[in-house]
Amino acid sequence: MSQAKGLNLTLKIWRQQNAKSKGKIETYQIENISPDSSFLEMLDILNTELIDKGEIPVEFDHDCREGICGSCSLYINGEPHGPGKRITTCQLHMRSFKDGDTIYIEPWRAAAFPIVKDLIVDRSAFDRIQHAGGYISVNTSGNTVDANATPIDKHDADEAFNSATCIGCGACVAACKNASASLFVSAKISQYALLPQGQVEAKDRVLNMVKQAEKEGFGPCSNTGACEVECPKGISLENIARMNREFLAASIS
Amino acid sequence: MSESKGLIKSHLVKKYWMAFTGLFLCLFLVGHLAGNLQLFIPGYSGQLQFNEYAVFMTTNPLIKIMSYVTYFSILFHAVDGLVISIANKKARPEKYAYSKPGNNSIWSSRNMGILGTVILVYIVIHMQNFWYKFKFGTPPHMTAEDGVSPLLQDGTAVKGGIVENGEVMLNGENMGAVMGDLYTIVLESFQNPIIVAFYVLGMIAIGFHLVHGFQSGFQSLGLRNKKYTPIVSKLGYAFAVIVPLLFALIPIYMFIAA
Ligand code: HEM
Ligand code: SF4
Ligand code: FES
Repeated sequence: MSQAKGLNLTLKIWRQQNAKSKGKIETYQIENISPDSSFLEMLDILNTELIDKGEIPVEFDHDCREGICGSCSLYINGEPHGPGKRITTCQLHMRSFKDGDTIYIEPWRAAAFPIVKDLIVDRSAFDRIQHAGGYISVNTSGNTVDANATPIDKHDADEAFNSATCIGCGACVAACKNASASLFVSAKISQYALLPQGQVEAKDRVLNMVKQAEKEGFGPCSNTGACEVECPKGISLENIARMNREFLAASIS
Repeated sequence: MSESKGLIKSHLVKKYWMAFTGLFLCLFLVGHLAGNLQLFIPGYSGQLQFNEYAVFMTTNPLIKIMSYVTYFSILFHAVDGLVISIANKKARPEKYAYSKPGNNSIWSSRNMGILGTVILVYIVIHMQNFWYKFKFGTPPHMTAEDGVSPLLQDGTAVKGGIVENGEVMLNGENMGAVMGDLYTIVLESFQNPIIVAFYVLGMIAIGFHLVHGFQSGFQSLGLRNKKYTPIVSKLGYAFAVIVPLLFALIPIYMFIAA
């Protein structure tokens, strides 16, 4: 079996020294990249070359490199996590590109996700949204009830689990023309709203998490559906409808 | 511990109103279309029926209330839409250098503000064209089939009557308000191809607005489930094509038929 031919690529990468400085797109040439390498490995190769030349490497977020932590946040060729669907950037491979391609690599763009450096953004706004209501009260004073002792409809359990697969990557925000966090927030609300354990704080949860998202500067939802298409975990717009419903009910009751 | 209730100030509340007024305006469109389709009835009987309908629309108190609700909805929808559009822009101050939004959403959904603005301009000119002329101008009046005797608003012909300031006078006696001839105003307007093109353009904008807007309104209000949402989406699409198309056929028909 012959080795697949290496790719020669032009990279247009957002470079920005720190939160305050003005950034710009820089152009890099990179040669002989194996189609079997991952996108992040390609960036590792670029960085090794930059370091060898005495230049400052490109900073980007990554951790697990297997699609579960949600760190790798790159806007590649006009889409979050690049051209593939249902994958994170770390699961994107260079075989998705052709020899001679130009690839734009940009950070998530949102007022609520300020740039830290180059391609890294500060996503702590998501943490603060979680803190505003993404929890349940459990009595831990010695008489804890076994979670499995509470019967839950199979359908509800599945739906709650689907919502809970959100990894907080922020692709929904990056994809949305309004930088709205509705898909993320609604997934985090739904994972509790669908379970009996989540009922105690249900009302406050939806009110407080929606408000926190707004306070952070995420935009309103225009229902374009871009988030659902770009979400690596396939979180459904159904969650947003549930959030809208619950917020309305919690507001008037 | 809950903060203040949600309804005070929230993007979501603005969206509820957007959806509520938008869907109400969809209902209005159906009513407005049903009335206007009478313009397709040919000859004197069509003219008479449409003008009688115009009398009903301008005098019935219930219609009056509905018309104010409609004006209010349009204004509220437009202002709310502006506020939302500003918030949309504010959430992403720096654009992407390279973006392919067509890969994840339809054009209409990303351009509701532009489409809405076109519709608003259309509505203002449309109102000026017909409603203002009919209400505050000196519109032509409706006559009996003989072409001379003016008709009262209830449809009675006044033989030998003359029209002064919208009132039918017979031998110096006021017989009542005359039936205006909105039909002729409309017919004459649509002899101008530029006006016809403008109306068609306005309807195209409404069509594109509703291709996204109809189902979006349901989603904003949280009205979604696995069984009905596919039906709502298909219905919305059909609505967005059929209603503006029928509206647009009216000026085209009147241009060709006259
Ligand atoms: C016949 C007239 C109109 C109808 C039937 C209509 C209907 C609708 C509907 C059903 C929606 C969806 C609401 C939602 O997303 O929840 C909508 C959204 C919208 N409309 Fe209209 N509309 C009309 C006129 C206008 C006008 C005159 C404007 C502005 C000048 C406008 C601006 C907007 C905007 C900006 C949105 C989207 C808001 C967002 O991003 O969420 N519309 N419209
Ligand atoms: S909803 Fe999807 S795109 Fe948004 S943060 Fe969660 S996993 Fe990422
Ligand atoms: S690095 Fe963890 S999801 Fe990509």
